[in-house]
Parts: sequence; structure tokens; C-alpha cells
Amino acid sequence: MSACPDKELLLHGLLDGELDAANVQAVEGHLKTCPGCAEAYRDLQALHARIAAPGIAYAAPESLRARLEAMAAPTPARPARIRTAAPWALSGVFAALAASLAVMVVQPTTLALQDQLVASHVRSTLAQHLVDVETSDRHTVKPWFNGKIDFAPPVVDLADQGFPLVGGRLDYLDNRVVAAEVFRRNKHVINLFVWPAKTSLLPAREAAPPAGYSVVHWRQGSLQFWAVSDVDPRDLEAFHQAFAKATHS
Amino acid sequence: MSGRILPFGPSLATQAEPLPPPGGGGRGDATDRALTAADQERFRRLVLPHMDAAYSFARYLSRDASLAEDLVQDAFLRAFKGFAGFRGGDPKAWLFAIVRSSHLTWARSRGATLQAVPDEFEDTPAEGDTPEEALLRQGEVETVRGAIEALPEPFRETLVLRELEEMSYREIAEITQAPIGTVMSRLARARAMLLAALGAEAQETKP
Repeated sequence: MSACPDKELLLHGLLDGELDAANVQAVEGHLKTCPGCAEAYRDLQALHARIAAPGIAYAAPESLRARLEAMAAPTPARPARIRTAAPWALSGVFAALAASLAVMVVQPTTLALQDQLVASHVRSTLAQHLVDVETSDRHTVKPWFNGKIDFAPPVVDLADQGFPLVGGRLDYLDNRVVAAEVFRRNKHVINLFVWPAKTSLLPAREAAPPAGYSVVHWRQGSLQFWAVSDVDPRDLEAFHQAFAKATHS
Repeated sequence: MSGRILPFGPSLATQAEPLPPPGGGGRGDATDRALTAADQERFRRLVLPHMDAAYSFARYLSRDASLAEDLVQDAFLRAFKGFAGFRGGDPKAWLFAIVRSSHLTWARSRGATLQAVPDEFEDTPAEGDTPEEALLRQGEVETVRGAIEALPEPFRETLVLRELEEMSYREIAEITQAPIGTVMSRLARARAMLLAALGAEAQETKP
């Protein structure tokens, strides 16, 4: 059974909201009496639902987003985050220079990274893209990361401590693909970003994250961990302790 | 441009087609005027939010993650430079016409220069494939995306603009520079092809 040939384009027009009132009425009337057209129309509706489902459209990669936002940023672009370097050049105290350099060089990366972390966290909760593999079973999440990234993040379910594992996701931060493990604390989401630590780039101290978000950072072995959430900072620290304890054994 | 090697230079802008007429008006006479701060603010408000949609469109046009990234970056550069000439109309449709024109320019330059640099081009790493892509390549999403990408070009383009971007027939006709009747028949063909492909797929995967 198939649609009447002379009605085919009208069915598409009806589906797409492109018909005027008179034609809408005419086609809808026809659908009631013609099983072939009715079936064809249902097929079109079902097809539309499958294509318009979340995840079929692509989202711009982070690297592209960052470049385009920088391109359109107000000029002068973002104010430099290193306050002032001038006094160094004038003074002859090279030891002080070397010491302060270590902090000054590290800080901008850390700040930018912290912004990236919170942005990734927020996006993950907004964009229906919280997890790519959804399960509370760490034995599912762990192998899922295998082959997608070149390191093996430890995965644990901390449901006993009030932080159930939701799943895992890949994300893009600090110019590389990182693992994101997703946990819940009551109604809140905790994103735990994991990737290999670079040699001793540990920030001397943390700048405050954007209002309403907490960031906890630690290292275990050769990996660095960044937990990001809008939960109470004490909860996030408790999460850190629970995770470190569970993965250290 | 993150060091990728393409058969054209770092930006297509120099050899690209003229910008589509903004808002259906004439060629922007103010195209070369420097953007004022207010222009830039309007650009951020009107054009930048369509980044995901533009990327998705470019991705379905090119079927290549890193190329789509280049096309969108190029299109945004052109849109930004030409934004002083934008006098209203739908900014999304305007941007999409530029993305499409970037893709056409690429396709032509590829036809012209592919023989000169085929190896370099083939070896271009698909950078965009790592984070966003590897993840969604599963199950239903993969099936539907694969079926759309298998459509021949004019049908794929028309279908994506309608089903994913919910553009009207008239907007699609303007972006693709085709008569509305052609848009309608392409859309009907595209849907028929997809129903055939996805219907078969669904039956195969049934337990």
C-alpha cells in the first residue's frame, strides 16, 4: 500500500507546516479516508522523530568553539592575565625573578584551565551530553575508556559514600582528550576529569573558581584529577577523599 | 588552523566566492568597512550562537570532521569580515549560505589541486574525530547519521536543512539556490531514500 501519487508532496507539506489552511483541511480529510496515504504519513512522522532526536545533529568541537569565540571577542582581546612584568626587567634580582617566574608562568594556564573545567562541567549538564556510556558498573565504564584514550583512569562506584557513578564520557580540555567520569551527589552532578599529569606543573595555589562552582585538584601516580561540581565545597572534598581512598588500595 | 594540511591555504577567504547578499539585499557596499564595536557585539549576539548548527551543516555537507571544522572557521571569518554589510534578514540563513559557499569553494579547489597534493590530503589526521565523535558513534545515532551521510549531495543538504535545522522551504531554496519546487521534490526523494535505508536497518537489527 502506498500514498496516492498526486498527494505525495502535500503530505510532506503538511508535515513541514508549509500548507495553507485550506490545503491542511483537504489533506487531513484525505488522510482519514485513504489508508495508503495515512500509512505513508505515519512513516514520515516516525522518520522525522528519528532524525530530530538529540545527538543526530553534530556539535561544534571545543577547539573550534574556542577559536571562533576568540575571533569574535571584543578588541582588545581578553585582558592579559599576567598583571605586570615590568618591575622584573628593571630590578637586577635574578633569584627573585626566577622564583616569581615559576608562579607567574603557571598561573595563567591554571586559570584558563579552571575556566575550561567549569565550562565543560556546565556544558555536560546543559547539552544532554552528560555521559556517553551510562552505567553504574565500573567494570563497564573502565573498558569503555580503553582504546579511546591512551591512559587508564581508575573507575570506582562510590554509591556507598553517597556518590553513585553515573557513567563516563570523553571531553576535550587542555588541548587533549581527557576522561570524564560522572558521579552524582543527591541532585547534583560531579564531573571528574582525568588525564596524565605533565611533569610538575602543579599550580602553587588555586584561584577562586567562578561563583557557585567548586574545583578540587589532586594527583595520583602519573594522573591528574580535577573534580568539578556545584555541590558544597566540603562535599567535593569528601568526594576527593572517598575516591582517592577507594582507588589507592 | 592547527597545522593541518589542506589543498588550499590557511584561509579560503582570498579565493572564495563573493559573500551572498546579506538579508536578500544587494551586494554589501559596506563589506570592506571595518567593524565597529557595535557591529562586533551584534555579530556575537546574532551569528555566534549558530556555531553548532553551522558545524553540523558543514559536517553533513563534507562528511569529514576536520574539514567541517575548517569550513566553519572559514565561513565565520568571511561572515565576520562581511558583517558590516549585513542589513537584517535571518542571520542563520545568511551564515549557512556562507558555509555552503565555503564548501563549494573547497570542492572546486580540491578538484583543481587534488592531483598535486593527494598524499598530504589523505594523510590529514581527522583531529575532530577524537572527542565529540568517538563517543556518539554508537547504536541509533550512528545508524541515522550513517543513513543521512549516505544520501547523494543535493538530497542530503536539503534534508539536513529541513529535518535538523527546521528551515522553511523558502529558506532552503535561498540557501541552496534552487527553486522551491526542486526543494520539495529533493526533500521527498531524500525522505523516501532514508525510509528505505532505515526501514531495512531496523528490521536487520531486530532480535
